[in-house]
Amino acid sequence: MALKDYLRQRFFPHMWCPGCGHGTVLNSLLRAVEQLGLSKNEIVMASGIGCSSRISGYVDFHTLHTLHGRALAFATGVKLSQPELNVIVPMGDGDALAIGGNHFIHACRRNIDITAIVMNNRIYGMTGGQFSPMSGVGINATTAPFQNIDRDFDVVKMATAAGATFVARSTTYHAQQAADLIKQAILHEGFSVVEILSQCPTHFGRKNKQGAAADMMERYKDITVPVGSKKKAENPDLIERGIFVQEEAPEYCREYDKIIAKAMKG
Amino acid sequence: MSTQVKFVQGNEACVEAALYAGLDFFAGYPITPSTEIAELLSRRLPMAGGKFIQMEDELASICAIIGASLTGHKVMTATSGPGFSLMQEALGYAIMAEIPCVIVDVQRGGPSTGIPTHGSQGDIMQARWGTHGDHAIIALTASNHQDVFAMTIEAFNMAETYRTPVILLFDEIVGHMREKLVLPEPGEMPLVERLRTSVQGGVNYHPYLPREDGRLPMSDFGGVHRYNVTGLYHDMWGFPSADPGVAHGLIRHLVDKIENRTNQLARYKEYFLEDAEIVMVSYGSAARSALHVVKNRRNRGERLGLLELQTLWPFPRDIVREKCAQAEAVLVVELNMGQVMQEVKKALDHPEKVFLANRIDGVFITPTDIRKILRLIQGKGV
Ligand SMILES: Cc1ncc(C[n+]2csc(CCOP(=O)(O)OP(=O)(O)O)c2C)c(N)n1
Ligand code: SF4
Repeated sequence: MALKDYLRQRFFPHMWCPGCGHGTVLNSLLRAVEQLGLSKNEIVMASGIGCSSRISGYVDFHTLHTLHGRALAFATGVKLSQPELNVIVPMGDGDALAIGGNHFIHACRRNIDITAIVMNNRIYGMTGGQFSPMSGVGINATTAPFQNIDRDFDVVKMATAAGATFVARSTTYHAQQAADLIKQAILHEGFSVVEILSQCPTHFGRKNKQGAAADMMERYKDITVPVGSKKKAENPDLIERGIFVQEEAPEYCREYDKIIAKAMKG
Repeated sequence: MSTQVKFVQGNEACVEAALYAGLDFFAGYPITPSTEIAELLSRRLPMAGGKFIQMEDELASICAIIGASLTGHKVMTATSGPGFSLMQEALGYAIMAEIPCVIVDVQRGGPSTGIPTHGSQGDIMQARWGTHGDHAIIALTASNHQDVFAMTIEAFNMAETYRTPVILLFDEIVGHMREKLVLPEPGEMPLVERLRTSVQGGVNYHPYLPREDGRLPMSDFGGVHRYNVTGLYHDMWGFPSADPGVAHGLIRHLVDKIENRTNQLARYKEYFLEDAEIVMVSYGSAARSALHVVKNRRNRGERLGLLELQTLWPFPRDIVREKCAQAEAVLVVELNMGQVMQEVKKALDHPEKVFLANRIDGVFITPTDIRKILRLIQGKGV
């Protein structure tokens, strides 16, 4: 199927700014779905609120555009009630890790077979450029006019510590790799997290003098290295890309089936 | 077939009824005095092939049941005041996206943590207006276990019929009290099953286009129709829209589908109302004491009557008005500072004849408490 067959033409033009990284993430996601040959009827996409979360409107799957931060909770209900469905949850960094942080760590812990894609632009795009938990110290934002003092955290480390069984990272510059990681995440049986660094030229870029979208993407090339690369040892500031965790562990829905079997035996 | 009689808590009566109604997915977070509902369902649901999940909080619980409802399941969550407060945003989502679900609030004293182990009826207005924006809501209550059973079934039936969340507002006293429950035979009580679209795959299906009778057939997530569900203002496709006409039509639809059926949705019981000079209006556990007083006074020849409300929202104003029309005085008996009394006043031509007998100290209102207010109304002094 051509990529455009996965899109809802009626929904276009999309609402993203020119150069926004979220469109590239959508492209990587659709490539993954296409390469896996998944039928549109077996995919549910649940999202929260934010520029990133608008992705669900554009795709021709069963789509659930929910509340800021709560997409994983809705998705958990969808998945547990109908485990044969493929559930994909695109999220903004604020959506996933500030207001939705609690749902995020508990979804990791449960290891329910959902694919979470964190579109990390280090800013609240939709509301106009306030700092997010991923902005980090020294960043300019509309709510940090004297530069940010809030420390950020590392999604990969947090997802790993919380028990996600597939954890990966890529960027919009590395769209091929991103598609491949999403593909593996969907195939993985358990909770998977793919963080994709995605540029917001409109707010993050402008406020932090990172130039236009193309400059921001180039920057992703410069500041990231493949997992395990020697360069990282020499320069700890570099951000690693690739797969960090890929392990087998009991998946929640399957475990619940065992509970049903036990309960029915009496 | 022998009828099954059980001696149970109100919370268990609710569980029995939910299972009878076809509940097969529950998500919740423990909170007194509703916890027994979650505990019982964690056992009973998998025994029947259904699913139970304990979520990380009440926000997640209500979101999870909404997700599960979309895949075609009958769903419920249960909580008490603090948890009910946390659920308000998602309650609005279920209203907006028209997703059938049942939310049980076994009320305790508030605000805040309040008094967890004592009864209250303080959440009546929160059920009505807790979530933001103009909307309508259905909320039911009950004073005894047989009625808890009946109203729980009604809640599931109304949720499916009108594609809306329905709130069951029980209180700690009914929830924890033990009394007899006669379980109806399967098939004895009518159940409403989900109305699914007859539109074939490949043909346009409009999830938000009402039929002629006003009902909106659904299509399960995972089925042949793919559509969008959103909390944004949306058109008949479920696509976001900022068109003023679409917005107006949507909000009117959401409100009218419930408010225009206020009489049809009204469930109530009446005792000795024909010639009553004093009409008590009460509901939930408070109605038990009110009924006790009414019966006693009738034995002594005093013309007292009771209107027991089971539908609290949409408020059955026509019925209240009609039943109280001949009364010289109306005494609302409730465990709050007059949340239903205000509605009764609004419904009547003579609000000055409405009085309140209440308690707000976590203590159950007794017949003696009510008799004291009656003496005042009857001019007999304190
Ligand atoms: C409960 C609630 N609080 C706040 C908001 C306002 N809000 C909408 S999107 C958003 C942040 C979006 O940032 P992010 O999740 O990082 O996604 P982005 O827009 O950057 O893709 C906020 C704060 C909301 N919709 N709901
Ligand atoms: S504000 Fe930022 S995140 Fe939102 S669409 Fe524009 S560029 Fe993208």
